[in-house]
Amino acid sequence: MIGIVSYGTYIPRNRIRIADIAMAWQKDAEEVSRSLGLTDKSVPGFDEDAATIAIEAASSCLAVSKQKPSDIDVLFVGSESHPYAVNPTSTIVGELLGVGTAYLAADMEFACKAGTAAIQAIAGLVAAGHARYGLAVGSDTAQGKPHDFLEYTAAAGGAAFLLGSEGVAARLTADTSYSSDTPDFWRRDGMRYPSHAGRFTGEPAYYQHVLGAANRLFEMTKTTAADYDYCVFHMPNGKFPREAAKRLGFSPAQLAPSLVVDYIGNAYSATAMLGLSAILDQAIPGQKIFMVSYGSGAGSDAFVWETTVELAQLQTARKNAKVLVSDQMHQKRYVDYIKFLKMTHKL
Amino acid sequence: MKIYVTGAATTAFGELWNASPRGLARQAVFGALADAGVEISGIQALFVGNMLSGMLGGQEHLGAFFAEELGLTAPAFKVEGACASGGLALHNAVNSVMSGQYDTVVVLGIEKMTDHKPEDVATALMGAGSEEERSGGATFPGLYAMLARIHMREFGTTEEDLAAVAVKNHYHASLNPNAQFHNTISVEQVMRSSRIADPLKLLDCSPISDGAAAVVITSKKQKKATRRVEIAASAVATDSLGLAQRKILTGLSATQQAAARAYALAGVTANDINVAEVHDCFTIAEVLAMEDLGFFPKGKAASAIAAGETMLGKGGRIVVNPSGGLKGCGHPVGATGVKQIVELVDQLCGVAGKRQVEGAAVGLAHNVGGSGATSVIHILKK
Repeated sequence: MIGIVSYGTYIPRNRIRIADIAMAWQKDAEEVSRSLGLTDKSVPGFDEDAATIAIEAASSCLAVSKQKPSDIDVLFVGSESHPYAVNPTSTIVGELLGVGTAYLAADMEFACKAGTAAIQAIAGLVAAGHARYGLAVGSDTAQGKPHDFLEYTAAAGGAAFLLGSEGVAARLTADTSYSSDTPDFWRRDGMRYPSHAGRFTGEPAYYQHVLGAANRLFEMTKTTAADYDYCVFHMPNGKFPREAAKRLGFSPAQLAPSLVVDYIGNAYSATAMLGLSAILDQAIPGQKIFMVSYGSGAGSDAFVWETTVELAQLQTARKNAKVLVSDQMHQKRYVDYIKFLKMTHKL
Repeated sequence: MKIYVTGAATTAFGELWNASPRGLARQAVFGALADAGVEISGIQALFVGNMLSGMLGGQEHLGAFFAEELGLTAPAFKVEGACASGGLALHNAVNSVMSGQYDTVVVLGIEKMTDHKPEDVATALMGAGSEEERSGGATFPGLYAMLARIHMREFGTTEEDLAAVAVKNHYHASLNPNAQFHNTISVEQVMRSSRIADPLKLLDCSPISDGAAAVVITSKKQKKATRRVEIAASAVATDSLGLAQRKILTGLSATQQAAARAYALAGVTANDINVAEVHDCFTIAEVLAMEDLGFFPKGKAASAIAAGETMLGKGGRIVVNPSGGLKGCGHPVGATGVKQIVELVDQLCGVAGKRQVEGAAVGLAHNVGGSGATSVIHILKK
């Protein structure tokens, strides 16, 4: 049985109101919030980056786990905002966690699905007996050019999943992927901000891949939306996951626990993983979770998770440590637009 | 000499991300040829109406580009006249047949816009404006917003009146399977949509679109053609590129001049037109067109449109933009002028389905380039 042995999350405390960004550009705040379906987004602190956020999430994951850092045989960090173009984030994280030196480290990059690509790869290594435990981290301080529409949603956050075959709290029962050369969003080497293809990021990109992967997983598992307790999708804004869930036949109630985007925006590689963590924070043993990520360029990874009795003690430990996703979502302090520009090194 | 449209076809309009310009051209042209019962080998010249392929796609030399795709070695021309490129291509095609140089030609209007970033499209579209307007940072929504403000000030036209144009055209588009939008909208929705260039809001503006349309025109009697509509007039007038040089701003002088010439050529008056496809790139543009074409006295069109006088099924004297217009059907700029002709041919032949204008016998197409620098008018008779 391969699955999630432990998990940890981290959301920076700083928030900016979408209305404040809209006001800075003389846009109708209510209309922007309504069209994107979110009210706040998280902002990294001045000294935070994808590496520090990954370390926070990974530390939180190990703090509630029975496993030691030295049990980790593989560590992948997925991000689209790795601090270095050359020099891995994964070794910085491994060093700070105290993993040692006997482990495979690599960075993943696949826009917003780099973290779930890490989960899939590690699950394979564990299943093959090549690793005892592996840590998959999704972490981002997403970039949005001032005045670009991305500025309203690009947020920061991290999630880390320890995968293994013993003490599994959420069993991975099926997974698949859907990939194609669909350049809807990109950032070339040396460019500070990503470019995107506007409305093209919707139907032919997000929906094509998310629904493609989801339907393939339905076929593989001979299931329908009604067979699941929860669902979670990548959340580039508040609208897309709701529409994807609706088209696949999921109810708002199945989706609601995962919708971290409403409060923190899109933390890119961490987003779907944070949504899954929010579900794990409240699920009971024996429940089934349907998950689909999305990364521009483009691809989706889809998973079926089934919770076990091991989950309860993780939930208790996370609750006691006050690191539930809901705790982190609602521990916040607001910054104004000028401070937001400073924090993200634009001023 | 009489000139006829014997074949007409259009692709669907919209965000056609899976379609290439070549594929769209083939679909439209071979659709029109099949309609006319003519083989591609029977085509003596190709006229392509297009505005942006060079600026957005880097591809000029469109005559040869599409001739190659269609398997044609006949003369092929690109005609550019901003958003009036399609209408202008047809005018040139009509002239070439009139001259006796050719007797059967194809006019293709085509544009592929949604593959490009909206800001790049907006910049490219400003190629239709004057240098002063470009360097001053104006955009077409801004220029038409100024025309709207002047109309509101002079005639008491309201934002709700303008919204009624979009409401009508979305309703018509909801009946057109090839239209970009099939949703009906309300005046309230238009009023609540985001402001683009005050007083124009998002739903006052035509969209960025892909699409192609083609017609076969001929001076010969084509035996295999299932239908035949006469082009009774083809007229063009030109004005200054920029608004600042215009003598009047309460209407488009080029449209007034082209209309006068077209009515004279066709031997009809504005009162004889049953159905019109007009250039509603922005809602104010349809109001101006209604007055400049003589359908309503100056200053009276907006309230008439708001009262439903030009809407399908309301029993008015004329139905305007039954295709959905640029607002509802979509506005792939080079294709628009040719699509207007395709719609009129369907209307005059009585095959427009749910959006059929009862008793349509004389139709008018009005295609504008820029903020009124080029105006092309065609009058078609059953």
